[in-house]
Amino acid sequence: MSGIATFLTRRRGGASWHFTDVLAWIWLVAGLLLMFGPVVWLGLSSFKTRAALSEFPPTLLPYETAMVHVEGFDEPLPLYRVMMEDGEERLLVQVRRIGTVAQMADPEAPEEIIRVPLAARQPVREIKLATENYSTPFKRYNFLRYFYNSVFVTVVATIITLIFNSMAAFALSKYEFKGRTAVLAIILATLMVPLSVIIIPLFSVINGLNLFNSLWGVILPTVATPTGVFLLRQYMLTIPDELLEAARMDHASEWKIYWRIVLPLAMPAVAVLAIFSVMWRWNDFLWPLIVLSDQELYTLQVGLNSFQGELNVQWHYVLAMTVVSMLPVVVIFAFLQRFITSGIASTGIK
Amino acid sequence: MTVETRQGIAGGGHFASLLLAPLRWAMNLIDRPMSFVQRRFGLGGVAATFLAPNMLVFGIFVLFPMTLNVAYSFTGGGALFLNNRVFVGTLQYETLLACRDFLDAASCREDRFWRAVGNTGFFVVVQVTALVLVSLATALVLNREMRARGFWRAVFFFPVLLSPVVVALIWKWILQRNGLLNAALLELGFEPVLWLVNRGWAMFWAIFLSIWAHLGFYTLILLAGLQAIPRDLYEAAEMDGAPRWRVLTRITLPLLWPNMVVVILLALIRAVQVFDEVFVLTGGGPGTATLFLVQYIYETGLAQQVRNLGLASAASILMAVVLIVLTLIQLLASAWRERKEQR
Amino acid sequence: MSHLELKNVSKSFGPVGVLHHVDIEVKDREFVVFVGPSGCGKSTLLRIIAGLEKATSGDVVLDGEVVNHLAAADRGLAMVFQSYALYPHMSVRQNLSFGLENTKTPRDKIEARVAEIARMLRIEELLERKPRQLSGGQRQRVAIGRAMVRRPGVFLLDEPLSNLDAELRVTMRAELAALHKRLDATMIYVTHDQTEAMTLADRIVVLRDGRVEQIGTPLELYNRPANRFVAGFIGAPHMNFLEGRFAGGEAGAARIELDGGHMLSLRIPVRPEGEPITIGVRPHHIETQGGQARIPATVTLVEALGPETVIHAEAEGQPRIVAALAGQRAITSGDTVSLALDERFLHAFDADGRRVTEGEVAEEM
Ligand SMILES: Nc1ncnc2c1ncn2[C@@H]1O[C@H](COP(=O)(O)OP(=O)(O)OP(=O)(O)O)[C@@H](O)[C@H]1O
Ligand SMILES: [Mg+2]
Repeated sequence: MSGIATFLTRRRGGASWHFTDVLAWIWLVAGLLLMFGPVVWLGLSSFKTRAALSEFPPTLLPYETAMVHVEGFDEPLPLYRVMMEDGEERLLVQVRRIGTVAQMADPEAPEEIIRVPLAARQPVREIKLATENYSTPFKRYNFLRYFYNSVFVTVVATIITLIFNSMAAFALSKYEFKGRTAVLAIILATLMVPLSVIIIPLFSVINGLNLFNSLWGVILPTVATPTGVFLLRQYMLTIPDELLEAARMDHASEWKIYWRIVLPLAMPAVAVLAIFSVMWRWNDFLWPLIVLSDQELYTLQVGLNSFQGELNVQWHYVLAMTVVSMLPVVVIFAFLQRFITSGIASTGIK
Repeated sequence: MTVETRQGIAGGGHFASLLLAPLRWAMNLIDRPMSFVQRRFGLGGVAATFLAPNMLVFGIFVLFPMTLNVAYSFTGGGALFLNNRVFVGTLQYETLLACRDFLDAASCREDRFWRAVGNTGFFVVVQVTALVLVSLATALVLNREMRARGFWRAVFFFPVLLSPVVVALIWKWILQRNGLLNAALLELGFEPVLWLVNRGWAMFWAIFLSIWAHLGFYTLILLAGLQAIPRDLYEAAEMDGAPRWRVLTRITLPLLWPNMVVVILLALIRAVQVFDEVFVLTGGGPGTATLFLVQYIYETGLAQQVRNLGLASAASILMAVVLIVLTLIQLLASAWRERKEQR
Repeated sequence: MSHLELKNVSKSFGPVGVLHHVDIEVKDREFVVFVGPSGCGKSTLLRIIAGLEKATSGDVVLDGEVVNHLAAADRGLAMVFQSYALYPHMSVRQNLSFGLENTKTPRDKIEARVAEIARMLRIEELLERKPRQLSGGQRQRVAIGRAMVRRPGVFLLDEPLSNLDAELRVTMRAELAALHKRLDATMIYVTHDQTEAMTLADRIVVLRDGRVEQIGTPLELYNRPANRFVAGFIGAPHMNFLEGRFAGGEAGAARIELDGGHMLSLRIPVRPEGEPITIGVRPHHIETQGGQARIPATVTLVEALGPETVIHAEAEGQPRIVAALAGQRAITSGDTVSLALDERFLHAFDADGRRVTEGEVAEEM
């Protein structure tokens, strides 16, 4: 008996189970369910038809009641498995329902109507992926437009961020000039002042510059990220000055030094910033919500929010579009997981 | 590393060089005026030119609004631009702070503000505490010797990258009346609950959601801290016969403290600004049950029929003060601790 | 009473074997040193003894009891880590008392013990400091103090001096030796520095690639190395190895012809003519004056150290011979000298590197 116990509790290396091992495993499994579960559920639900979505309790997979075309009827009719009074099981279509009785018919011989109590019939179900959840919003609603706007904002803002931030970081890391400490201090101070504190005056600035209700109004306030300047500057500080001096001896101009020497060497940090910037801009919500009033200009996040805020929420489209809007992020994460996590761990930014 | 980058660029192949060609052309174009600046103004001028684009944008969209904010908070009226607004002194602040009883939001002139303050305060305390504890526990678990650590880390981390709208919609779908959670409750023999219609539950889910979405980030910082603790120390403690809980309380946690400070600081600053996820999830409701400060500012200043920019500015100044004070407290605390350790 | 035995201990990390069938016995109060080149498994062996690592097979026996499954803390051993592993956030006093607190020792007893050890190691003034405010030598003492606090039967030290500068290393070496005498404890000491091994050890265990090459007192290893590896590892400067082959001779006096044509006669069993053999000769057993078996050689490098002169020379068929000559000599690079090997102190190794020298030939005077 005790032999079995030791066998069951034996571990690699011969050490026995400690209760913290058990706790750790419980934590991990619970974490798996809680973190992954909702996303999996979203994915499964996004393939369900509107009817399947309104079912309660819900099914795990996107089932659909099978429908068959029957001679003499224009619409396809739902197929049921019916327990007849004599104990025989038959496949019948439902022609109509009256109270607690269903009028049913054999699909082969539809003329004869069979009356069946509701309790005696079970719908025949088959797995069906409602891909129209994905295609319709793009065709019928503005989602293609939203998608395009999001891509535009993300790409343009990221490119400008990388150029502006790296130039500033270069100046702040490789030149001695009056006021450098002051500039650094100002940037550092604003690291702590988030956008949400200045939305009111920023709104009037955007209006004053005629950028209200324009994608540029979304892009410009975000590109001078102090975080990016700091990240790049810290990295550029590690590039030896001797390299710059050698280039100067070779008559390279300062611009060339930035562009041909420092920037390529700072690529690892630039890449980290690029990834972060893509994430930030793709996921931005509050600021686009404020700046964009015209439906045509909505980004995916704002569009999704307005879509789900409607009185009669069309969940089947909302869920599918939610999946679409998280897809780029998921793909980036799948390929660059190690890169992102080590970037965050070493810089402490997000 | 030099070699690596060079290869990265050179190894990109024909397609990359095609893409890079216009870029190279543009860069060479910029080289001329830059060289002129260099000849005319020297390195100082070059540095200024490099800084200019970033600082210009920064000045217009960050620094200028920051000062503008203060000015707005002393003005009233409905006009958007400052020159059309009337100076009202501290009226907006007085409006915000006019309360007969500070513990009772209903007794305040601007009761929504006080409800938002109360909700935010509650949220900050509960969410940060829970978030730090959960992140710490997760980091401790992930720091154990285990197989497939990368996978488990990803499991806890990936929601960090999801947009707040996506996070909110994922959970809204689960929490709705016919949602998965109620189905599970029914299966277990309980009554379904209207999660987002009940005031208490709405706040609970607001907190839960923000922890779910951000815990991976803090876990990662703590995990980095844990992995920086030399293995030697654990082995020395093992030789010293320290039981596990003593290793945790006397070795691991004290050495993790600097990372804990960072985590608490960041979590606090973020929690004060809670908005996105909760706004999409509950819209601040039911009633004002999950109305938080940023939403109050947004709605008061920008989203209502009658924009009250002055009041919203005053509120955001008060929030900024809280954020700055929090930051200073944290900085002082860690500086003090460092000083103590030096001694 | 602390008697330690390793019986047929093997260790592998995954598919990689790191230790192979190690048998070692350490007697009570003995100072045993593990030496060997980097990566040979010294630390791993020490950590297996400590209980920080589990052996894949074999037994660790402490005072007649198999302790394989005993936790590190319960084995009554103490370890001094190469990096010292002092708790950086605790003061020296806390570092010293941590181990005692774990065993719920009464406060006053802890204080008394810490004070006693601080006095013994002369670190009383440092007790309230943090490790990072200490010099290397002071940290070293604290690390040893932490090991002493619980009065272990066996001390395990993993290259404790390797982080110190050369001078301090000599001082600490002497202190360690004195401490061993005073504590009357068993010590197992890991190093890859053969001088440390020679000066400190009662017995030395030479390891290579996870195998024990030889166990013996320092002089046994020096005088009668069991194989070519030990011969080359122990002694500084390193032993010269001259390649050659048997060339007849009579019983007990084999004739050896070195590559290059020099003849030697050695008191070893005769083997078939032409069988290869390696002759080992320590630099201190080569002279340029007198002696038998003279080998003409060209000097390529002269290191005048003062009390002795080390010359590197090149002879026909023997590309590099190092000789340590007593006193100061008027030799310069490029000179031709005649090297005389002291035949009393020659070592012979067969093609597999095993010692073939017989009897008392290599006895020091
Ligand atoms: N945890 C481990 N996992 C895999 N291999 C290991 C591990 N620890 C040690 N090794 C391997 O075991 C071998 C012996 O390592 P060990 O640390 O015992 O060497 P050492 O003799 O102490 O060397 P040094 O003098 O450099 O300290 C090495 O080849 C090392 O790579
Ligand atoms: Mg070692």
